[in-house]
Amino acid sequence: MERVLGLLSCTLSRALWSSGLSEQGAARQPRIMEEKALEVYDLIRTIRDPEKPNTLEELEVVTESCVEVQEINEDDYLVIIRFTPTVPHCSLATLIGLCLRVKLQRCLPFKHKLEIYISEGTHSTEEDINKQINDKERVAAAMENPNLREIVEQCVLEPD
Amino acid sequence: MKDSLVLLSRVPAHPDSRCWFLAWNPAGTLLASCGGDRRIRIWGTEGDSWICKSVISEGHQRTVRKVAWSPCGNYLASASFDATTCIWKKTQDDFECVTTLEGHENEVKSVAWAPSGNLLATCSRDKSVWVWEVDEEDEYECVSVLNSHTQDVKHVVWHPSQELLASASYDDTVKLYREEEDDWVCCATLEGHESTVWSLAFDPSGQRLASCSDDRTVRIWRQYLPGNEQGVACSGSDPSWKCICTLSGFHSRTIYDVAWCQLTGALATACGDDAIRVFEEDPSSDPQQPTFSLAAHSRQAHSQDVNCVAWNPKEPGLLASCSDDGEVALWKYQRPEGL
Repeated sequence: MERVLGLLSCTLSRALWSSGLSEQGAARQPRIMEEKALEVYDLIRTIRDPEKPNTLEELEVVTESCVEVQEINEDDYLVIIRFTPTVPHCSLATLIGLCLRVKLQRCLPFKHKLEIYISEGTHSTEEDINKQINDKERVAAAMENPNLREIVEQCVLEPD
Repeated sequence: MKDSLVLLSRVPAHPDSRCWFLAWNPAGTLLASCGGDRRIRIWGTEGDSWICKSVISEGHQRTVRKVAWSPCGNYLASASFDATTCIWKKTQDDFECVTTLEGHENEVKSVAWAPSGNLLATCSRDKSVWVWEVDEEDEYECVSVLNSHTQDVKHVVWHPSQELLASASYDDTVKLYREEEDDWVCCATLEGHESTVWSLAFDPSGQRLASCSDDRTVRIWRQYLPGNEQGVACSGSDPSWKCICTLSGFHSRTIYDVAWCQLTGALATACGDDAIRVFEEDPSSDPQQPTFSLAAHSRQAHSQDVNCVAWNPKEPGLLASCSDDGEVALWKYQRPEGL
């Protein structure tokens, strides 16, 4: 039912646009972004916390509203995630950032650029952590560390 | 602007991996590439196509981040996340490991040969820059460990004619070093970038240095010697460096590399928005306050981040680039008329 409504809404906005009554793409864009954001959220919510036997969704480290997707151009999107770490512990926050990046790098089907941040005000060294998790060279090197890699692999493993 | 940068060839250099860096040999006949697959590949032309002439697959246990040819063209150095730097000697069609430089505590991010061929510099996430001396018997000795940066050092580059070394860091600064009474010292710190400085390039004269950053700008710095006409203050006998130009608003994501053509003076950038841009200095601009214009912009030069751009040292306008998509591309750049 939702899909049918979605299609109708697309058709309607396209009709509005071609009749000159609506800005090109404006009515259509928010829907695409929401769908894309949900696609992203679906991939990250099942990631397990490095310490606790719960998913990031269960611990509210990530929520639907923490994902924002902007269109860069046709077929290319900017994905921004703001997550809330459970404890103000540096290495765990960095580890969660790493898991988010790895999961999306591997599983997100559409072309995208990714920015990951700790949600404001939730950590004392958030600037430091944000800089690290958005430095792709640091991320790549970290993933070549076998111990770290093992932890990340366990966290991003798809549930059976 | 559309025709000023034309694609000549695209090669899947490091399949299923990312290609991090490229280096032309001094003769301009070979292109070395390295990547996340831990391999180094040497490319050359056979007629109109670019083919892989050699592969170096042993040597590093982790990503090879950068490669650099010696000024004589007989040696290739490779810097790796495995914390070592390998020196390879080029024989007929093969490369043989001459030595492995150890000492850095973690990932080596860059390696560079001084123009004299007797010195090598490396830098690492351990925050240090090391200077190595090499003698006629291919013996390498570390002569200095410089701990001036407060964070991960991303890149080192030597001045084209002087024994002056520059380094770029995650601490948002650029530092310069020279030898003073048998030891190496930091003689200048360039501040201004608002985030990690990823790469550096000297202009053909060596009077100016370009830096590129995660802050999405390129900065041009100029060296002012003591007693200079412009009245720029210097402390003691050390030259001063001043930022004389900032290129902002052109790049929409992190700029990973900048390359200054030693033949034509054109400035190329490699950006995280998948694009390659070439800038030219306006001929009538004031040398103390130069202005640069965007001469070429290849929006989707690659399907992912562009990590490196390298001008061929002998053929003007021949530019190589590589990307997170594992590909190497070759371009012909022609300065647009009327620029």
